[in-house]
Order: sequence, then structure tokens, then C-alpha cells
Amino acid sequence: MGSILIVEDSATTRAMIRAALEDLEDYDIVEAGSGFEALRVLPSRKFDLVFTDINMPDINGLELINFVKSNPTYREIPLIIVTTERSEEDRKRGIALGAFDYVTKPFDAETLLALARKALG
Amino acid sequence: MADSQKEFVSEAEDLLRETEDRLLDLRESLASGGNPDVLNAVFRSMHTLKGLSGLFSLKGISGLSHAMETLLDELRLGKRELTDETIAFILRNLDRLKTLVSEVSGWGAESSSVDDALEEIKRFREGGAASGADAGKIPGVPDEISRVLSEYEEHRLRTNLKEGRALVVAGKDFELDTFEQDLKAITEGIGSIGELIATMPKASETKPGCLGFDLVIGLKVSREEAGDALEGMTVRELVAAKGSVRELVEAKKAVSSPVQPAQARKTSDAEGGQDAGKLKSGSSTVRVDIGKLDAILNTVGELVLAKGAIGRIGADIADTFGFHAYMVDFQRVVKILEKRLSELQNQILEIRMVPVGQIFSRLNRVVRRYTQDRGKEINLELYGEETEIDKLLAEEVIDPLMHLIRNAIDHGIEPQDKRIAAGKPERGLVVLRAFPRGNHVVFQITDDGGGIRADKVYAKAVEKGLITAGQELNKDDIVKLIFMPGFSTADKVSETSGRGVGMDVVKEKVASLGGFVDIETEEGKGSTFYVTIPITLAIIKAILVSVAGELMAIPLASTSETMQIETKKIQHVEGKEVLELRGEMLPLVRLADTFQIPGREAAPTSCFVVVVGFGGRRIGMLVDDLVGQQEVVIKSLGAHLEGIRGIAGAAEVGKHKVVLVLDVEALMEEAMSRFQRLKAGV
Repeated sequence: MGSILIVEDSATTRAMIRAALEDLEDYDIVEAGSGFEALRVLPSRKFDLVFTDINMPDINGLELINFVKSNPTYREIPLIIVTTERSEEDRKRGIALGAFDYVTKPFDAETLLALARKALG
Repeated sequence: MADSQKEFVSEAEDLLRETEDRLLDLRESLASGGNPDVLNAVFRSMHTLKGLSGLFSLKGISGLSHAMETLLDELRLGKRELTDETIAFILRNLDRLKTLVSEVSGWGAESSSVDDALEEIKRFREGGAASGADAGKIPGVPDEISRVLSEYEEHRLRTNLKEGRALVVAGKDFELDTFEQDLKAITEGIGSIGELIATMPKASETKPGCLGFDLVIGLKVSREEAGDALEGMTVRELVAAKGSVRELVEAKKAVSSPVQPAQARKTSDAEGGQDAGKLKSGSSTVRVDIGKLDAILNTVGELVLAKGAIGRIGADIADTFGFHAYMVDFQRVVKILEKRLSELQNQILEIRMVPVGQIFSRLNRVVRRYTQDRGKEINLELYGEETEIDKLLAEEVIDPLMHLIRNAIDHGIEPQDKRIAAGKPERGLVVLRAFPRGNHVVFQITDDGGGIRADKVYAKAVEKGLITAGQELNKDDIVKLIFMPGFSTADKVSETSGRGVGMDVVKEKVASLGGFVDIETEEGKGSTFYVTIPITLAIIKAILVSVAGELMAIPLASTSETMQIETKKIQHVEGKEVLELRGEMLPLVRLADTFQIPGREAAPTSCFVVVVGFGGRRIGMLVDDLVGQQEVVIKSLGAHLEGIRGIAGAAEVGKHKVVLVLDVEALMEEAMSRFQRLKAGV
């Protein structure tokens, strides 16, 4: 059983992402409401994929990506940025920091699922 | 509405409320440049709302929040100047968003169009010149830092450098278990010495089992002065402060300290600028739909009935088969059940309780905006915010309170010239105070305005045909005429308090909550309104009475005493029954007559009186017998029976017996007005 982490400060959006991933039966889905929470949860198990928002309180999504990518233990985990059209500049920066790909809000479930499958290989 | 949509509404309402709070904070800190963290939090809320509404295909909300987000993005990135006018503009659009969200909440869909609003925002954005974006390499900042910054962080870094602040990187290892709290504590400390611009993984090696962070900070004080806040951290300087640090510090102090003490900020929304962007996570609370709590409460109510049935069956068994040692055990268990059920009930009721501070801060916001928009000089003082009340009642009582406060501002507080002439302070004062009284909460709204002129009220009431000219009424009774339907003393209709809604509506609304409104006024000195409502509606203690063979429940909270009297003690004053009670005349009401229950023919020699109400507003209800006291769960009578005057609902009292619960306030109302008419001779 694998694990996927959703980092997003909006509970409703987290639920929508979780719903979109429902078809991935072999994965356990873990939610984090902030970047800090994500950092706390990361060591608890081996994650196969992380979805992260960019605009969040405490540390933002880019900072989270930077953390994951600069830590030898987590470096290999693919990260998918989930953000809105507006954050184009930050999205580019996230990809430059090593994020796998991005999906823009509002997303449709199939796109998100397809992207997740691609990232999980 | 689908559950997910309910979630949306709840989250959207929270976001909008937070945003409004923050904007008002921002407005107050504008003199010192406005707190960037607060502005960023406002941007983030709009960003979240846009994302959320998009997921639900709510085109209006997402379009409008998108436009607001664009404007806020320009503001937070320094591309546009933040002014009072801009904040007012954003607040206006926030109201539009609220309307849309309430439409979704009410009808499951948006109904108003946002085209005009979008056009207006477009014009607004074209009107204010946007300055150029940040560009080029940031001098003195190494690539490994600048490349991981978000656009906003980069802008903040540039701004800090532009202001000549020193830029330092403070590193520390944090225990994995406690890093969140430790880091939050440090972050808060940094607020007082400068600005935390970015958080990144520590460049140097981290201890095993720890998380290492490098914090990029723009210092507004010297390194020495920052000592305490950065204790235990390895600090290296990236860019030195420009000019003399001392000068800079002094200059900053001069700008930031004399911020006007906020008016009317005695409530919990006095969230300081520094911690307004406070971290949300780490809270151990859950959000529960009040409907779910209602359902639990209902179930507990059913359990209470079942418990009653068990007790009765036990007693029946004992009666039929005689006493057995098992009965002792049985009764003990029933007692335990009873105790635990009542604990459970209390616990659930407690969950429903919220401090009135919650509604105070909302009232305060509206009043602040209202007075600011109208240029009225008013201080609103709030006391007793810790007083607790049922969430549902708290929501319901907001409107009447708001109306009374606006009334006080519009009609109570005199114009400034009049105030000065009367030797009063220029600024008007409105005080809202909440305090518990038994099972009730009293909201007291006092203004130091001109008071209510009885002669004016009298003239108006005659003009409106509510009383006849020359009718004799004492001053208190005259003042109370303002609560009569069709009465309004406002000479002109003002935007807020005079929207055709009179005091009668306030009174009716409060009565529907099981409460009442009272007033004290003194000409030239001001008025005080008292709104008294029960702490909770769901479960009440009631006195069961029998009236012509029918059982009825009278809420104990409205009852002041009960007594048995001889029927010959009842006196008749001009055709109305009264009872002399400790020297005062108590109007009497025969419940059997009120509800037209065909009763016994023969007049009994004695009967019971249940005295309801407080102070000068009391009546006696004549009943045949007092049956007992019981906790009841009030249930609605259903749509087709709703609105019957005098009945608050129904309750089951055991053996599937349903009784009517009396609406004491409505009955009292009717009796008092009859009494009044009688006195007035109408």
C-alpha cells in the first residue's frame, strides 16, 4: 500500500483532491492543512506522491518543495503543484525547484488522476 | 444542498469574515504603512475563495474573487499603493461576495449578476496607476536564496532592502516533535524586531532527528537589539543596514508608535497586526454543523423519555408483583442512567454555547464601517463578551441587536453641535453589555444621546391612531408605544436603521426567541434597551399544569412563583380579573379561556396561579392543578400549526403523551395590551 500526501489549507479543496484520487485503490491518502503539518507528517511514512498548494500560511508550497528536494530522504518523491492560473510565476519557480508538474484550480478529476498516475509511474 | 456545497458555504463564510477583520485591521495600521503579512493573508483568502468557488463552478463568486485577487496581488507586490479608498473598495466587493455566498447557502445557486462589479473593478484598476514590477537581480542576495523565493517573498525582500534594513539569515535545528510550536514562537518573536521573509532548509548540516531551518529576516532594529528574539540561533548577515541603524530605528519608532488607539476595540477581534497572519494549524477544534448537534440533542431527548418509561415500568412491576430486592438495584441503575443522561445533555448544550464575543466582534465591525462611512463620531464599547449563549440564539439575536445599536447611533446620539451645547463630549457613546441572569442572557444597549421624548412619542402615537388624543398614560407606557406596530419616530428614513423596519419587528423577533425587550430612557441623558433572551432553546425545564383536563407545559425560566389561592380572592377591576399580590395588582389570565378549552361548569373554590414574567411585567396564569416539573425537549408544531399565538411548540412527557408548551411572552403580551387598553378605556 502506497501513500499520497495532500498539502492544502482549504479543507474543501483537500476533500475534492481526495475524491479525485479515489480510483487509486492501492494508495492511502494523508492530508496536511499547512506546510508545517506536511513537514511533520513526511517522516511518518514513505510517501509516493505529494500534492501541494502554493499559497498557504506558515511555509508556502515553494518552500515545501525546496525542503523536499533538498532533503536526501525525500528528494525522490514527486510533487505536483495544485494552484490557480494566477500563480503562473510561482508555478514556474516551483517547476524550477524540481516539482514534477502542476495542475490548475479549478481542476477536473480526470486530469488530476491522470497526472497522479503519471507521477506514480 | 449537497454536503460538499455546505462545506463550501461554511468555509467561504469563514474566509470572508476573516478577510473583513483583516481589512479593518489594515485600515487602522495604514498610517504606519499597513502590515504586509495582513495584506498577504487577505490576498491568500481571496485566492483560496477563487479556487474553491471554481471547483464548484460558481461563476459569479469565482469571477469576482478572481478580480479581487488580481487587485490584491498588485497591492501585495507593491505594484499599487494601498490607500483607504482601496480598502473601502475591497470591503464593498466583499459585501457582494457575501451576498453571493448567502444565495448559494439559501438556494443552492448564485442569482445576482457580477457583471457590473467586474466592470467597476476593471475601471478601478485602470484608475489607479500601477507601478512597475520588481525586476533584475537582487543585490547582495546569493542565488541559492533568491531562486527559492516566491514572487511575493522576493518583493518583500526587495522592499526590506529598499527601506535600508539589514538582511540576516538565522539558522537553528528543531526537534521533529516540537518544531511547529518552537518555530511559531520564534516567528512571533521576529514580528517585533523585523519581518520574516522566507523559511528554508538549513544550508549547514542538521543534527540527526531534527529539522534544520534557515530564516531570512529583514531587521528593523540593530543586531544587538534583536538579540533576545534570535537567541540560540546562528545568525549571519547577508546585507548590512543602510545608514545609521540607530537613525533607522528611531525613524521607525516614530512612524509605528503613535498609531491612533483604535476606537471601540474592546472586543476579541482586537487581533494585533503582528499576529493577524497567525498560523492556522495546530488547532484542536472541529467544525460541526449545528443541525447535527440538534439531532444529537433530539436523540438525547428521546433517551430521556425512554428513561422515564423504564422508571414507570419498574414502579408498575413493583406495584403488581410486590417489592423484591432486585428493585433496589433497578432503582439505583435508573438513578445512574438519569444522572448520566443529564450530564450528557449538559455537555451537548455546552458544545452549543458560544461566547457572545463572537457576535460582538461582528457587530463592532458593522458599526465601525457604518460610522466611518457616515463620518459619525461614535465610540462603541463592548462588555461581557465572555457571556455564553446557544449558537443558534446568538445568530438570531444579531439582527435585533444591530437594529437597536444603529437606532442608537441614528436617532439616539445627537448631532455634534447639540452635544457640545448640552455639555457632552463630542463623540457619542454607545455601550453594549451582555451578562447572564439566571437562565437568560441580558443584552443592554445604552447610548448617551438625547433620550426619548415622551411628548413626541405621544403625539406620534395619536397621529398614527395608536391611541386617542387626551388618553391618560404614564411616561413608561408612552415610551413603550414605540414597540407598537406602525410606529416609527424617525423623521426621515435613514439607510440602515430606517429601512421600514420598526421597533415592533425587533420586539417580535426577540419574542420569537422566547425573550423580551425593555427600555429605560431619560430625556437629555440617553436611553437603555434591555434585550433578554434564554440561554438555550432546545431543552427546557417546565412546569406541567392541568387546565380543564388538558396538560400544558410552562417554561420554568419564565416563571417567578406558583401559589394556590381561593377563587374568592380574585378581584374584578372593570371587568378584568386581577389578584392582589403583595400590594400589587397582578393581571390574571385563564388559560382555559385563552385556548377555549371547554371546561368544567362548576367553579372550584380554589385554584393555582403560576406567576410568569419579571419585575413590572408579570401576569398570573390560572390553572386547575400543578402536575409536576420536568425537562422537556421542545419540538416544532410543524408548518401548518406554526404561528399559533401563545404556543411555542409541543413536547412529549411520557407514555407518548404530547403536551403544548406555552409561549409565555406572547400570552403576556396579549394580557398586558388588554390591560393597557382597559386602563386607557379604548
